[in-house]
Amino acid sequence: MATIASISRRDLLQKGSGLIVSFALGGAFARPVAAQTGVAADLGKPLDPRQVDSFLMFHSDGSMTIYTSKVDVGTGLRIAVRQMAAEELGMPVERIAFVEGDTALTPDHGGTGGSTGIPRGGVEIRQAAATARQALLELASNRLGRPASELTLVNGEARPTAGGPGVGIGALIGGRRLSLAVDAQAPLRDPRSYALVGKPLPRPDVPGKCTGQHVYLQDFSVAGMLHGRVVRPPALGASLQSVDESSIRGIPDVRVVRIGNFLAVVAPDEWAAVRAARELKATWSEWQGLPGSNDMERQLRAAAVAREETLVDRGDPARAMPLAAKQLSASYYWPFQSHGSLGPSCAIADVRADGATVWSASQGSHGLRSVLARTFGIPQEKLRVIYMDGAGSYGTNGTDDVAADALLISKTVGRPVRVQWMRADEHGWDPKGPPQLLDLRAGIDSEGRILAWETQMWLPVAVPGTRPLVAADAAGITQPRGQNAGQISQNADPPYAAANLRVVTHWLKEVPLRLSNLRAPGKIANVFAVESFTDEIASAAGVDALAFRVRGLSDPRALDVLKRAAEMIGWQARPSPNPQPVEGNRLVGRGLAYVRYKQAENYVAMAMEVAVDRATGEVRVERVTCAHDCGLVINPDSLRNQIEGNILQTLSRALHEEVKFDRSQVTSVDWASYPILRFPEAPKVEVALLDHPSLPPLGAGEASAAPVAAALANAIFDATGVRLRTVPFIAERVKAMLARLDSTRP
Amino acid sequence: MANYSFQLNGRAVTVDSWDPAQPLLYVLRNTLGLHGPKFGCGLAQCGACTVLLDGKAVRSCVTPVRQAARRAVTTLEGLGTPEKPDPIQAAFIAEQAAQCGYCTNGMVMAAKSLLNQTPHPTLDQVKQGLAGNLCRCGTHTRILSAVMRVAKA
Repeated sequence: MATIASISRRDLLQKGSGLIVSFALGGAFARPVAAQTGVAADLGKPLDPRQVDSFLMFHSDGSMTIYTSKVDVGTGLRIAVRQMAAEELGMPVERIAFVEGDTALTPDHGGTGGSTGIPRGGVEIRQAAATARQALLELASNRLGRPASELTLVNGEARPTAGGPGVGIGALIGGRRLSLAVDAQAPLRDPRSYALVGKPLPRPDVPGKCTGQHVYLQDFSVAGMLHGRVVRPPALGASLQSVDESSIRGIPDVRVVRIGNFLAVVAPDEWAAVRAARELKATWSEWQGLPGSNDMERQLRAAAVAREETLVDRGDPARAMPLAAKQLSASYYWPFQSHGSLGPSCAIADVRADGATVWSASQGSHGLRSVLARTFGIPQEKLRVIYMDGAGSYGTNGTDDVAADALLISKTVGRPVRVQWMRADEHGWDPKGPPQLLDLRAGIDSEGRILAWETQMWLPVAVPGTRPLVAADAAGITQPRGQNAGQISQNADPPYAAANLRVVTHWLKEVPLRLSNLRAPGKIANVFAVESFTDEIASAAGVDALAFRVRGLSDPRALDVLKRAAEMIGWQARPSPNPQPVEGNRLVGRGLAYVRYKQAENYVAMAMEVAVDRATGEVRVERVTCAHDCGLVINPDSLRNQIEGNILQTLSRALHEEVKFDRSQVTSVDWASYPILRFPEAPKVEVALLDHPSLPPLGAGEASAAPVAAALANAIFDATGVRLRTVPFIAERVKAMLARLDSTRP
Repeated sequence: MANYSFQLNGRAVTVDSWDPAQPLLYVLRNTLGLHGPKFGCGLAQCGACTVLLDGKAVRSCVTPVRQAARRAVTTLEGLGTPEKPDPIQAAFIAEQAAQCGYCTNGMVMAAKSLLNQTPHPTLDQVKQGLAGNLCRCGTHTRILSAVMRVAKA
């Protein structure tokens, strides 16, 4: 059982306001001995992200601790950011400890999302390290009696570049503050001299994860902690009418918590809480405020519009369209999807008279702190949120809501409370990725060149304010009713030459379920539509899909990724569909897609080989190749892991996933009703990293997800002649479309 | 309160439970402090809670503690440590076959069970052997590489 060590402000001050860190050279990574603790939110450490000391603390034993609000949600940030800092400081990565997402200890330089971990988090810490490097060289200059320009930092010490004895970083500054502002002009190491950046160093958390030693939030406990479970209503907006506590009389030491429509149980024993939540008899009012998920596409088209926005307006598509040799149009639809975290969301809250602590797997500790503080009337400085690893979240899953559950119960019972959602809570109540509808039109000349292109999108509008928390709503606490699913309108314009181009968003006032950011928000659906439609144009013009794209692009980095992905899969130039697709009872084909993420970041091209079972409609992805350019590569193995994950997870989303709901509640509430990709479906995946050491690093947690669904749909079209424009590509849908295609053939 | 005795990672243990239907998962995690097995669904759908019962993979989230009585339970912690990992754990570490790692327990334990029965499975056999275990991060290809590393050894 994990224990928490207590550390006081006095301890910290006595130790020069640095946490004591022990490390073993060549062994395990340095770990903060007392990183996790109680209520006091002011531990005397600077938190201003303009100060070097906020990010970096040097210890007298030669080790260092990095403090960051960016957290490693299985993404490899923990090693990559160490590499970036270690490179600047000439310090072995093993001597660096890493404290993430603790509002009392880490500067707030943004939550973890939008692929900002490296390009913002890592880069800011690198600049702090570069600033520290200059200061350390000056200190060493005084100590060694040589000009700083003749010194360098290597293996944890400052020493003359020409050789000779040096002085350790710990001896120079350990235990003291640098008291320096981060210098944006502090010179960075020359990428040609990199010794650590660009190396596939193993992630420090993996051995513990593979042996049961890694302490997840779900494994953590604090003294006197009770286990809580929330009893959710059978309809989202139902009111609690009565509770029969005698129904759980046989279960030991359970206490029922009822605040308005918020109903929960707590018990010292977790299983008692689980059983009590399951068996507690409660009556709820009827509520049928949802429209049902059938026909969402039509519902979106008919929904009330908050405002129209023209995102791109070039030339005059309305005038150019009728002049085209050929006009095409198509509609694409992407459904509500769940984050589907493998472990349901969890939180521990300890509310006391003098303040509160919340342990959470939130990707944004500081954001969560401000929401919880405001919602529950706790002064922000009295509330500490401490990040711990949970199951992968891929955006905002149920983590903020479960923190509110735990806090509300702890506040009520006066004890630390751990709440872990059950499976149906996570699938039923996590805020969802939005449904997206796109109408595309294009006019092409006789050779298939795009003369005019028009995208119209129906998307839920961003409403200012934070997302309402489930617990606060149930308990009748007034709170903002914001709505936001991230930057969901990007990448809806084609990256290819088009003289007349118009992209319009119909921002919808509301959609039936709560929303949040889900990996690569909006871009996956938009690129699905744009890159599928690009293939429709190429096919209509009888042009090879690769040749069509190459012709429309001029950026060499774009061309590099496209050619590389195509080369890796052995692309044979020809128009789609495949003239000879039949292999036994299967139809085989290949497709590709390209994206420049957000039209400003990573370049990604992806090609796929698929086989479609003619009898069942089942799609099997055989091979995926991906060429990926995110500028400077920090850790190629961690990067590949992210790219592979993006590919497999998005294949799952495209092939299987759709949140379903009736008039009262979400009905896809487990892995049977919300299936995801399984091992027999796992394709062979090959990734090429196109490294540009002289360019800034970009994030990689999202970009390679964006072209997946389009590459898949294009490969299915190549194999079958069926154009899938609605996700998910479940076997029944593919089978029905194959049958319809057969019936229209002469 | 009834007592249940079983072998746990090679040593004899006796635990109390107020409910003979209490899933083994809660006993392992909360009474015995072994956090390798994870709660994922409580429905035997995802595999995150997998442990070995007499060498075979079972879903501890739906296995009543009484069913473990007088049998041998092995958890992820019983296979090895970061310093002395089991060959499967070593292969997972070598392949960096984890992202969030929440499913890793189930992957390692299901692979162990598979290799106990079929020491040298083909790739297709491994895929089938892990078909009941879900991974949300999309680490499938690395997990397969890790298991194949041991299968070919």
